[in-house]
Amino acid sequence: MSRQQRKAVALISGGLDSMLAARVIKDQGIHVEGINFFTGFCVEGHTHAIRQKDRNKKKRNNALWVAEQVGIKLHIIDVIEEYKDIVLNPAHGYGKNLNPCLDCKIFMVNKAQAWAWMEENQFDFIITGEVVGQRPKSQRKETLPIIARESGAEDRLLRPLCAKNLTPTLPEREGWVNRDALFDFHGRNRKPQMALAEELGFSEYAQPAGGCCFLTDKTYSSKLADLWQSRGERNYELDDIMLLKVGRHIRPKPHYKLIISREDGENHYLSGYRNEFISLESKSCKGPLALLDGVPRDGDMEQAASIVARYGQGRDAQEVLVEIRMKDGSAQELKVKPLPPDEVVSSWHV
Amino acid sequence: MSENHFELDARRMLCPMPVIKTQDRIKNLDPGDRLKVTCTDPGALIDIPSWCRIHGHAVLSTNTKDRIITIMIMVR
Repeated sequence: MSRQQRKAVALISGGLDSMLAARVIKDQGIHVEGINFFTGFCVEGHTHAIRQKDRNKKKRNNALWVAEQVGIKLHIIDVIEEYKDIVLNPAHGYGKNLNPCLDCKIFMVNKAQAWAWMEENQFDFIITGEVVGQRPKSQRKETLPIIARESGAEDRLLRPLCAKNLTPTLPEREGWVNRDALFDFHGRNRKPQMALAEELGFSEYAQPAGGCCFLTDKTYSSKLADLWQSRGERNYELDDIMLLKVGRHIRPKPHYKLIISREDGENHYLSGYRNEFISLESKSCKGPLALLDGVPRDGDMEQAASIVARYGQGRDAQEVLVEIRMKDGSAQELKVKPLPPDEVVSSWHV
Repeated sequence: MSENHFELDARRMLCPMPVIKTQDRIKNLDPGDRLKVTCTDPGALIDIPSWCRIHGHAVLSTNTKDRIITIMIMVR
């Protein structure tokens, strides 16, 4: 490849917009490679991988799939640690839930830039699938320049799908790309993207824009807020945020929570954490595996066991035998009466 | 071309972590080297071969036994 051929790094989320943006620029003769950041909150097939009932669903990583469709390399970068600061201290605040969308986009463009300008990579500009007016927080006419400025990418950040609505960037001014062949998409209407996809021969594409992050989900955000409140500090590890994606989360008391599996796949997944949590499981009949997160006090084990028994096949039995296994592998058994459904207080469900 | 054999344990990791670990490991290997990746997320059976295809590496074999997935890769 001669140095005259310009190089662009494309942020690939796995959705339709970033797929179109990468393809449009590649079709202009630019060498394009994709970059995708794993924050720990990405929806990408985790629950499908865990849950037995989802075994038949596609488990593919959509960003990789998009890269194959467009015909570009994809680099997946682990940003779990660095991303914590974005989730915990978003300078521009949260969206509807605990989604720091604007700070997230600034962070990702900045990380893409740091990677792109590296000596061994030497890319010329960055492209994203952003569309002005499409997202209420991060893709407004006022916020797109903030992303360019605060990420440090400045005028080397090109949004091919809405470029004609924006001030010409360096790649356009220098003639590296033909501005006339870019687009003026705006707003939440997806029809122009779908028409372009058809024109480019893409008959299949992944989720609508914005659906790739658990932090935009109300239930997930509630679980994360509960985690912080119960620990008395806003922080998390990867295992914490993975476990928020699995099972029923029931908090009968402020100092402990139960994570109760809903089916075999989750049972199997949670069993991998038995050395890190106290675990409970019905022995006299088939029932779920549950992890106890917190430090139980007097009477809590009985309460926890009766709740776990309520979700097993012995829910209507007079008595169920529940094994309580400590982190060190030692175990004891408790005979408990399953908690009647009307005594599982709705406010316990996180 | 070298033909050294290496192993990567990505069990209990959920995708895309097995892909990221494979990518980072291969970055430091030479053409001809072989990497055996062991994982438990069934998504890896799709994602690791996909990553190999777009980066030009060869998947020599895939095998699943008792929920353990083994993928053999030759670096190119």
